This record gives sequence, C-alpha cells and structure tokens, in this order.
Amino acid sequence: MKLLEVRGLKASVGGVSILKGVDLEIDRGEVHAIMGLNGSGKSTLSKVLAGHPAYTVTGGEVLFEGKNLFELEPEERARAGLFLAFQYPVEVPGVSNSAFLRLAYNTVQASRGGEELDPLEFDDLVREKIKVVEMDPAFLERSVNEGFSGGEKKRNEILQMALLEPKVAILDETDSGLDIDALRIVANGVNSLKSADNAIVMVTHYQRLLNYIVPDYVHVMDSGRIVKTGDKGLALELEERGYEWVRAAA
Amino acid sequence: MSSSTLQHLVNQPYQHGFVTEIETEVVPKGLSEEVIRLISEKKNEPEWLLEFRLSSYRHWLTMEDPSWAKVNHPPIDFQEIIYFAQPKPKKELASLDEVDPELLRTFEKLGVPLHEQKIMAGVAVDVIFDSVSVTTTYKAKLAEVGIIFCSLSEAVKDHPELVKQYLGSVVPPSDNFYAALNSAVFTEGSFCFIPKGVKCPMDLSTYFRINTEGSGQFERTLIIAEEGASVSYLEGCTAPQFDTNQLHAAVVELVALDNADIKYSTVQNWYAGDENGVGGIYNFVTKRGLCKGVNARISWTQVETGSAITWKYPSCVLLGDNSVGEFYSVALTNHLQQADTGTKMVHIGRNTKSTIVSKGISAGRSSNSYRGLVKIGARATGSRNYSQCDSMLIGDKCSANTYPTVEVQNESSIVEHEASTSRIGEDQMFLFASRGIGQEEAVSMIINGFCRDVFMHLPLEFAVEATKLLGLKLEGSVG
Repeated sequence: MKLLEVRGLKASVGGVSILKGVDLEIDRGEVHAIMGLNGSGKSTLSKVLAGHPAYTVTGGEVLFEGKNLFELEPEERARAGLFLAFQYPVEVPGVSNSAFLRLAYNTVQASRGGEELDPLEFDDLVREKIKVVEMDPAFLERSVNEGFSGGEKKRNEILQMALLEPKVAILDETDSGLDIDALRIVANGVNSLKSADNAIVMVTHYQRLLNYIVPDYVHVMDSGRIVKTGDKGLALELEERGYEWVRAAA
Repeated sequence: MSSSTLQHLVNQPYQHGFVTEIETEVVPKGLSEEVIRLISEKKNEPEWLLEFRLSSYRHWLTMEDPSWAKVNHPPIDFQEIIYFAQPKPKKELASLDEVDPELLRTFEKLGVPLHEQKIMAGVAVDVIFDSVSVTTTYKAKLAEVGIIFCSLSEAVKDHPELVKQYLGSVVPPSDNFYAALNSAVFTEGSFCFIPKGVKCPMDLSTYFRINTEGSGQFERTLIIAEEGASVSYLEGCTAPQFDTNQLHAAVVELVALDNADIKYSTVQNWYAGDENGVGGIYNFVTKRGLCKGVNARISWTQVETGSAITWKYPSCVLLGDNSVGEFYSVALTNHLQQADTGTKMVHIGRNTKSTIVSKGISAGRSSNSYRGLVKIGARATGSRNYSQCDSMLIGDKCSANTYPTVEVQNESSIVEHEASTSRIGEDQMFLFASRGIGQEEAVSMIINGFCRDVFMHLPLEFAVEATKLLGLKLEGSVG
C-alpha cells in the first residue's frame, strides 16, 4: 500500500475548476517535487490535500495509507500524519508561539497515544528541535508569526514539521522569499527530518531548492494536471528550456 | 469549518439558568414616594437616608431615559418593576449552617461554595442574594486590621457617619437617569472601608445573583481607601434564565485618598436572552472612581460577557496630582446582545496618567460599541493618556463601533489613541486545523491571545474563570 495515492482528483474554488484530474503516487522514503507556472494548480493541490475549506473536491479520490482522506476533517488529517508548510504563514496576534506549538504537539501526541508534555518538558523539547532550523529561541516567546520576517516564518513552519513528525510533509513554496542563507538552513532542516518512513513533497517554481533537497521524482503541473514526470534531471531541463517546452511536448 | 458549526459553538445554552425556589417577600410593583418610604421603613433606615432617596426620586422624575447609546430596546415601564424583594428569613442567621439549604445548593450549582474552598482561596465573600446580604464571611478577620467589609445596610446601621460622608460623593444622584433611579430605590450592596495605611490582606469578593422574576436589582457599592491603603475587589455575576427582561441599574462609587490604591475587577455573565434576543438582563450601570488624593490609583478591569444590553462606563476622576486611572476591558457580545461600554478619564490634577485598553469581541448578530471620553483640563498640566481599542469580529452579521472623544485643554499633555479591527479569519482557523487543533481550542486560543493585555490585569482566579467563560460563550460561533 502506498503512503498517498491521488487518483483523478478534481477540485474547484469559488465555482472555478482548478484541478482537472491529478494522478500522483507517493511512497515512504521518497522526495517529490511538483513544479509548474503560477496558476497551474500546484498550491491548490497542497491545500486540497490539507483540507482548506475554501476548496471543493469535485471528483476523484485520495487514499492516505489506504484510507479515504476526504472523510477526515483537516485536524484529523494533521493528526493522522499529513502536514502542510504554508506558503504564506498567517499571524496570530497575542498567542505565544510556544503555547501554540505545545498545543499542536500535545494534540497530535494525544491522538497517537503518545506522551503529552507540560510547559517545562515541552520547552526542553522545542529548544532541541529549534536547532534543526537554527532559529533564535526568542521567537518562541513572540506571538505566532507576528513581526517575523519571511525567512523566520518559513523556519517556524519547518519547526512545526519537526515537532509533529508527519508521514507526508507538503512544503508549499517554502523557498519563496528566502535569501540564499535562509534557503540553505531551511533545506538542511528538511533534509535532517527526511527518513525511510516519511515522504516529502515540495511545491516550487524553481530548480534552486532542488539543489539542496534532491528529489526522487519531479512532476510538472499544467492547467490542473500533472503533464510530465521524471527524475531530478527533469527539473534541470525545465530550468534550461522553460515551461513552454513541456507544454509543447504534452 | 462551516459557519453552522461555528454557530453551534457560540450557541451554548446558558449554564446557570435555574430558578431557586425560596419564599420571597415583595413590595408591590411600581414606584412612588410611598414605595420608597416602605423600602426605607423595611430597612429601618435613618431619616437622612430616606431624604436622600426622596430627593433622588424627585430629581429622577424630571429626567429622561438617555437615548444616545447605540442600543435599542422597547421603552421600560418603570411602574411594572418590583423594587424590593427579599428572601423571607426563617429566623436570625447566626451562622452559615442556618442559611436556607436551597440557597446554599444554588451557590453549589454556581460553583461558588461559600466555605472551605473560598477560605483556602483566601477570598472573603459577601454574598448578595436578590437584595439582601445573607452572610458575610471573614468579617472578624478583616476587622482585626480595621477593615470594614459588610452590606451597605449594615454600614448604614453601624457606620452611618462614613456612609453619609461618602454616599453620592462620586456619583451624585443627579448624575444620570439610572443613577438617580438607583439613588431612590437601591436596596442592597456592599460597603468596604480600608483605613489609613492598611493593605487589605486578601481579595474581597462579592457574588451577585438576581433571582426573583420581574424584580429590578439596584445594587449600590461604596469602597473607600484612606491614605496609603490598598484593596483588590472582585465582583462576579450570574443569573438564572428568565423570559422577562430584568432591569439592573447599579451604582458603584470608589474613593481613593492620598497614595491609596483600589483595584476593582468584574466578571459579568448575566443572562443575555436566548438566541432570538428574548429575555435577558438590561445592565445599566454607573461606576466611577475618584482619585481624591495625590498619587492615588484606581484600576477597573472588566470582562463583560452577559446581559441583553450593557450600558456601562467605569470611569476615573483624577483629582489628586500624579494620580493614575486605568481601564482594562473585554466585552463579548453574541446573538442579539448589545453592548455600549467604555470609560471616562477626567484629568483634573497635574501629571495625572490614564490607560485605556478595550477589547471588543462581536459574534452572531450582536452590536458591540466602545465609547470613551478622555478629558484633560486646563490645570492638568503634564498629564498623559494612552488608549487602545481593538475589535474582533466573528462572522459577518455582527458590528463593532468605536466612539472615542478626546478633549485636551492644555499644551503640555500627551494623548495617544490606537485602534484596530480584525476578524477571526478562515486562514487562522485553517492554520490551527492543519496542526491538528480542533475548532473550539483554536477559537479559545485566538480569543485569549486577543484579550491577553486585559486578562493579565485580572486576579489569577478570575483570569482562569474568564478564559473558560469566553471559550464557552463563543463555542459554535467560528467556522
């Protein structure tokens, strides 16, 4: 049984059809990259999988460890091991980052029969995990994402991934808005979280990120479908020849 | 998250909606000089107090129900209200054991056990049941340090000179329509006197409860802190569920002399009416503190979650030089609730300071308004005010309004005002969901984050209660 199977997935937002039949198979230990132009449906695919309420599934099915993903509420998907790192992480004024992280951690732990941590125990854990993204612990005491720079927000997303230990982590344009140093740090963080039991799906425009997190598969999306799949060489070829080349070939 | 699940969360029935069956002795409904004389006679009041009531009543007759607040309600028929209700005492109450067991069970249901828990929590409770104080705990202990904490009626009997000196000195009977009405017919309330130099060793707490259907409640609270004294006073309210509107027009007066410090905290959870706006308490309250001496400090902290209509502006008059006034408020409205609340900071003395932090949360079809006045007089040189008014909207059928007024009459003072409006957004809720956190916990965390600047000023026990209360009140409203 594959970890995640997407079959003929169709979805719309505000009555406009965006995904028009996506097929994708992801297994444990794999790294996938989904590339494509703006509007090709990459971000929509991420959000539909995570269960964003603005999107309506209009066809197809998604199996997560063999179970129908769409029978689960978004929070149940997260507890089951699906993770989405946001392209634009929202701010939550007044809610301390550490309190938020602890609530998320404990909720997910509880659902998996794991141990919940009190604030002191959690502090030890989070200070260990935060090293993965080389983040200043001062960010734990600030409000969630409030006043964080673009890079700090993205690091905070990967910190959440490190804490929740998902089976499938979807990184939605995690490289956007990052300078080269921040990109390297975030990529190192993701690499250190990679294992034979989990899978990583990177949604990105650019080849750049793939120099740091090397994909096993590269998929190209166009007009709501995956039109081409290859290995990491495909990303390099895209970089060189542009998306029009895929479009023309498809 | 659909908006219907959000609605479900917000629409939890009122948990304290039960009526206690206790024999109640009532004065006939309606208001007249005879009724006032009857109330005064039943309470064995001195002549001066009867005169205070009668002159207030005569003044009230010349006044009109205020119409400037952003609230709507049918005209109130003041002749339909019962102005005095008192549980019939079975006998003289010498100890708690003799209190009506039915009444004690009511407090148990409310989670307000009178005895050990409160003793352990270090809180002295002056319990008001309808209009009569049933029992006062800790009085003896407080008396050791010279603190008087009793019902206002007892104070009239035992300390008439203090009551006479201060009653109406901060909120004169002619102040406004409802203050005048209260001055004419108030039946109970608390009295607290902290003598010179005494720091009150524990928080003082009063739990109010309206119980007789159709009876108006006219509480009157008077707190005096002499030179260098300090006190923290907690007021908590909850009421049973009724269909008829209950008018509540309380008056609270605080007096702080030189270097005195009064902290007054309220958690208000009166019946707000059902989701169609039927029933609920009309809460028309006048609360004002006078910083009479130099370096005096008065701090109001309120968490307003109940009542069909709230009309309330806890204010500070900063008369003494260097005195400080503070107002920290969370007002939550849901369904068809209406709140018009805020504060007045009147700077008269030099170098006086005031801080206003107001957080309004509107859900359902409710209306939530902040109304504030910052007035800095010509003599109040070097004074400062900082105001922050934040509104949060849940759903798209509610409204939030801000009406700040600033008047500054000298050039050396500084006034700052910040305001914001936000909405619990789909994206915030989705962030929490995608991290495994359910809706209720997400809303509770977002709201508590929003209110943090206010909750940090509440005594710990109240802060915990307030946090739970807001979560409960908003269950079902976000989605």
